[in-house]
Amino acid sequence: MGEKRRVVVTGIGAVTPLGVGALTLHERWAAGEVGIKDGAGACTSFNPSDFLSVKEARRLDRFSQFGVVASDEALAQAGWGAEKPYDSMRIGTVLATGIGGISTVESNHDLMRDVGVNRISPLGVPMYMPNAGAAAISMRHGLQGQSFGIVSACTSGAHALGLATRMIQYGDADAVVAGGAEATLTEFGFACFRAVQALSEVGISRPFDARRDGFVMGEGAGVMVLEEAEAAIARGATILGEIAGFGSTSDAGHLTAPDPTGRPAATALTLAMKDAGVTPADICYVNAHGTSTELNDASETRALKLALGEYAYKIPISSTKSTIGHLLGAAGAVEAIATLQALNHRVIPPTLGLEVPDEALDLDYVPGSARELVFSGAGAPVALSNSFAFGGHNVGLIIKGQG
Amino acid sequence: MSVSKEQVQERVVEALASFGPDADTITPSATFEELDIDSLDLVELAQIVEDEYGVVLKGEDMKELKTVGDAVELITARAA
Repeated sequence: MGEKRRVVVTGIGAVTPLGVGALTLHERWAAGEVGIKDGAGACTSFNPSDFLSVKEARRLDRFSQFGVVASDEALAQAGWGAEKPYDSMRIGTVLATGIGGISTVESNHDLMRDVGVNRISPLGVPMYMPNAGAAAISMRHGLQGQSFGIVSACTSGAHALGLATRMIQYGDADAVVAGGAEATLTEFGFACFRAVQALSEVGISRPFDARRDGFVMGEGAGVMVLEEAEAAIARGATILGEIAGFGSTSDAGHLTAPDPTGRPAATALTLAMKDAGVTPADICYVNAHGTSTELNDASETRALKLALGEYAYKIPISSTKSTIGHLLGAAGAVEAIATLQALNHRVIPPTLGLEVPDEALDLDYVPGSARELVFSGAGAPVALSNSFAFGGHNVGLIIKGQG
Repeated sequence: MSVSKEQVQERVVEALASFGPDADTITPSATFEELDIDSLDLVELAQIVEDEYGVVLKGEDMKELKTVGDAVELITARAA
C-alpha cells in the first residue's frame, strides 16, 4: 500500500452532562464547570422530544438517542444536508457503546417477571442491541456504506474513531460518521460498577489527586464526521482537524486492572505516534484517560513516561472526566472531540478537582484553571488522546487541529 | 365479555397514537402504511388488545389488516 489517504474531521457533535452541543462541552469545561451532580454525570438537560419524533424516541434506547442527536449536530456542521456529498454506499457509520441499551433490557426483564414472558416488547431486541445506535444513525441520514457497533468497554469510542479512520484510509469508505454513545445511569448499572469497586464512594471525579477513590459514571455521546481529505477539500468543506494516528494494544493480563507497568498501554500510544508520523516533541497536549481511579491514574502516568520520555514532563495533560465523569463507551469519542476543540480554541481545559498532588504522579496535569495552548506554531497543533478499558484494551489517537 | 365497536375504536386509536401518529389522523379508513405503523407496532397493539379484551391476535391475523377499521372490526368480532 502506498501513501495512506488522510482522514479529516469536518463535523463534531456531543451530548454530555454539560449540555447538548460540542462547543458547550469545551466552553463550560474550560470555564471550570462540573457536570457531575450527586455522584453521577447525567445529561439532565437532554429532552428527547426537542430532537426526535414520538415514534423515533420510543424506538430508541437512551444511548441511541444521544448518538442520533450528536450525529445531527456533526452532520449539520459538516454541511451535509439531505443530499450527501458522497455516494451513500461510500459513507459508513460506526457507533460504539460499552454496554448497549441496558435500560431497555431492564424494563423488559421487569415485564417478563411481573407480567409474563409473552409481554416482552417487540421493540426490546432492536432497542437494546449494541448496534442499535449505529443502525439508527445510518437510517436517519440514509448512510448506506458499512455500519456497525464496536464494543471494547471504555476504549469503544476511541476504537470507533480509529477503525473508521482505517476504513477511509484503506478506501472502503469516503466518509464515516463515527463515535460512541452510552446511557447506563440506572440502579442496576450503578450497582454493577460499584460491585467492581470502580466507582468513587464520595462521588467526586478528581483524576491524579491523592484523594481519588474511583470514577464517577456519566452518560452521553460524541460523534464526528470523518472524510477523506482530498475529497473534503475539493467540496470546500471546513476542515476542523485530522485523525492522524491510531494505535491499539491489549494487556492480556487482568480482567479489570490495568497492567501496572503501563507497557502495553505505552505501546498503543507509541504506535499511534508512529502511525501519524509524529514524535513526542510534536505533541502539545495530552487528553488523558484519567479516570480518577487509584490504578488507572498511576499506570497511565507510567505509560505516558514510557511513550513520551522526557516530554512526558513538559506536555500539559488534562482529563475530561474531571468535568463530566466517565462516559464508558462514549468516553473515547467525546474526549477526542474535547481534544480537537482544545487544539482549535488554543485553550487547554484543566483537570478539575485536582488539589492534593499524589507524590508518585509527577507530571503536569493542568490543575486549577484553563491554560493557553502553546505549540511551535509551525503547521497544525498535535495532541494525543488516551483510552484504556476493562478487558485490557488500550487505544491512542493522534489528533491534529487547525493550523 | 362484550364490548362495543366504539369502545374498541377508542382504545385502538389511543394505543396507535402512543406509537407516534397524531390521534386526528387515526380514522377507520386510515391505512397502517399511511400512519407509518409497521409490524413491530402491530405486535404491540396485539399485546394491548389481549390484555384489554382477552383477544389473541396472531401474526397471520395481523397480516390481513390494512386499515384501522379492519383492526377494530376484527377485535370487536373476536371479543363478542
